[in-house]
Amino acid sequence: MQQTQYLIIGASHAALSALQAIRMQDAEGSITLVTRDDALPYSPTVLPYVVSGRSAPERVALKDGVWFEQNKVGFIRGAAVTAVDAAAKRAKLSSGEEIAYAKLLLATGAAPILPPIHGLKDVRFHVLRTLDDAVGLHRALPQTKQAVVLGAGLVGMHAAENLAKAGAQVTVVEMQPRVLAGYFDAEASAIIEAAFAAKGIKLMLGAKVSRCETAGKAVRVTTDSGATLDADLLLVAAGVAPVTDYLAGSNVAIDRGILVDDSMRSSVDGIWAAGDVAQAKGFYNGEKTLNGILPSAVEQGRIAGMAMAGDPALKPWPGGVPLNTYTFFGQQAVSVGSQDEGEVVRKEADAKHYLKIVMQDNRLAGIFGINAPFDPGVMWEIILRRIDLSSVREAFIKDPQKTARTIMSKTWR
Amino acid sequence: MGAYNTIAFKPEHCDGCNACMTACATAKAGSADILNSRIQIVADGDSFELAMCRQCGDPKCVANCPAAALAKDAGDGVIAWDGSKCVNCLLCTVGCAFGGIVYNAAAGHVVKCDSCGGDPACVKACDRGALNYLTTANIYNEVGDLEDLFVPGLAGCQGCNTELIMRHALRRIGPDTVLATPPGCIPGMGSVGYNGLTGTKVPVFHPLLTNTASMLTGVKRHYKRQGREVNAVALAGDGGASDVGFQSLSGAAERGEQILFICVDNEGYMNTGMQRSSCTPFGAWTSTTPVGERGHGKTQDAKNMPLLMMMHNCEYVATASTAFMEDLYDKLDKAIAASKRGFAYLHIYSPCTTGWRFPSQENIEVARKAVETNFVMLWEFNPRDGLRLSRPLDDALPIDAYLEVLGKYRHLEPEQVAHIEGTVKKNAGFIRSLAEGRHPAMAQAVSGRA
Repeated sequence: MQQTQYLIIGASHAALSALQAIRMQDAEGSITLVTRDDALPYSPTVLPYVVSGRSAPERVALKDGVWFEQNKVGFIRGAAVTAVDAAAKRAKLSSGEEIAYAKLLLATGAAPILPPIHGLKDVRFHVLRTLDDAVGLHRALPQTKQAVVLGAGLVGMHAAENLAKAGAQVTVVEMQPRVLAGYFDAEASAIIEAAFAAKGIKLMLGAKVSRCETAGKAVRVTTDSGATLDADLLLVAAGVAPVTDYLAGSNVAIDRGILVDDSMRSSVDGIWAAGDVAQAKGFYNGEKTLNGILPSAVEQGRIAGMAMAGDPALKPWPGGVPLNTYTFFGQQAVSVGSQDEGEVVRKEADAKHYLKIVMQDNRLAGIFGINAPFDPGVMWEIILRRIDLSSVREAFIKDPQKTARTIMSKTWR
Repeated sequence: MGAYNTIAFKPEHCDGCNACMTACATAKAGSADILNSRIQIVADGDSFELAMCRQCGDPKCVANCPAAALAKDAGDGVIAWDGSKCVNCLLCTVGCAFGGIVYNAAAGHVVKCDSCGGDPACVKACDRGALNYLTTANIYNEVGDLEDLFVPGLAGCQGCNTELIMRHALRRIGPDTVLATPPGCIPGMGSVGYNGLTGTKVPVFHPLLTNTASMLTGVKRHYKRQGREVNAVALAGDGGASDVGFQSLSGAAERGEQILFICVDNEGYMNTGMQRSSCTPFGAWTSTTPVGERGHGKTQDAKNMPLLMMMHNCEYVATASTAFMEDLYDKLDKAIAASKRGFAYLHIYSPCTTGWRFPSQENIEVARKAVETNFVMLWEFNPRDGLRLSRPLDDALPIDAYLEVLGKYRHLEPEQVAHIEGTVKKNAGFIRSLAEGRHPAMAQAVSGRA
């Protein structure tokens, strides 16, 4: 049986970030990376661009074989983990092989949620989470005349834009009353919705699909209001959920994801989790929550790697801050922080511009913009450090980018 | 991966003229609109702050890129952006906490500093001295490949400058060396070893304070007679060089022995309890120039050792500081070469965290302040060209900038500060007159100059 000091399951941002952190501290300890994809490591975030053709599938690899060799990492691809025996410290792979580990990182990410829609299982539909999914969607683009996208989150909206650009008539069906409800308020969502409407994309908001069925070559989608849509391409983008099925019987505590402490340690000794699969402390209320975004995966992976390798420079997880960037039809939407903590101190919205600043007790709680210049990474740091802005409050509200840069240069240059 | 060149910003020299931003925007975007500049100077009242790419060692923009469009070049350390891979997702701007990678509306994608391939336009445009392109990293990469000829784990104090000097110097001088380390911090931290093992990977001996240069003379002549080419090198403290060791040093210099004598000047006998030496400056606290009701530190000025050695008309004499490593290495090379022809004397200033009383992480900054205030002057001498300044003496910082960072000067009365200021001014004037050939001591050398 193969033995390894560090076993990392998954090969995206959290896994790679952990791997690098381990190597900073432990240059020699054996590392094995296992991924269920039969591909070099890639990011789920790049997939919409593989669909559109902007990114060639063979050029999206985050690391290559040479890098694994240089970092003395055993890379096993095309093998899913099917079971973890935490007591014996062994993981079983879909190939039947078993690997004994001293320390295990679970970075298995998330998989698309299939909503309980009558008939969905019996019709042809797409999801978008793996490179194979993306390549399949890209191939389907030219033949697509009528497309229906279930869900107006980031995946659904990216896909809708690309389908429309490829010439399809696109309808997005979303249960929430607005698009990207997780990141933007009604006014900001309205700007995005208007841009989509202007490109002829139909948004059915506050609508629910009640059934799907095959109708000739098409898939017929029926909403709860009785409307029917015929689609030659159906994309289900109703969100994702952590992949934890292989942990059955392992004693690893799971709520919605794998519950971790501030050094990404799970409830079981010798097992850590990071990225979309982990449920870690939120920044604002301290409750453990899913925050499945790329920057969190990078941070959590780094912390997990440092903890696993015993790096004394480890600083605990400060808590997840919701943040994201979203580019649509050449416009930039950026969301950093919470909409709900504190008071809105500036808000402006017109057709092509939006800026909202939320403060709590003279500290930045969130900043949201469309085509508004500010540095998201600097804002994130200002939030995490809970920097008291009372002495520069007016300046910050007036010119957040410049004032934040000054704070940055003075505080953590 | 090694050390890299970097663009350094000194906000105290910046007056917000925006020349750097105009130059960058012109070079990178073909427009003078500073919005397009990759370097952003931000005015904050009367002072100026900086937002630009730090070319981080562990870059988060790269870790946050889902498209493998950003990568740190192991050769030059620059984080390069690949437009053919970028998907405009802006996640790099979330990762960067320095405002170093920013969406640029005119370009339609993120932009960042690429150091202009090693010749940054912003630095060239800055005539205020606020931006500098530091290329010292080359030295460390070069020297990193040479063998460290001291053993690991020398018992120097935390933040010891002398240990840096020893290791750097011997690396460069190389293994064909016989090393003399008279009593002082250097054998104190273990150059001559413990328990029958030496602390160096070259032959090392421990002369008396009085006879270092004499013993090296004998060693060098012995090897010469055998037909073997070795470097005869002394690493001595200022006490060993300037006090009782001075007669043998002076004699060897006068005879033109082929020796490289490095004086590591920490301004006193620091390893034995911080007693004063003849190199201890006026006003400084030491355990033998105490501060109390009657004592106010040393009452005499320091002996000017490098000038005394210059007056021996040695093959090479120079002063150096670890805050100016390119200069130090240049002089080390010249001193090694000169020691094959005659006597070479290198005087390196070594701030002492323990004896001078300052936080150990400040050592290089203290060394830099000493030079920037002209308290220490960097120059070199050879009999053909005379004395040349390695760094201009104009625009020196006020002496307070140096004195205030050192505990050993904390007690100074205003008249003592005035005395030190006067001495620094006098020394600078003297060195300047030598450099300009106005002093009679340089007349002969200068007459030989082109």
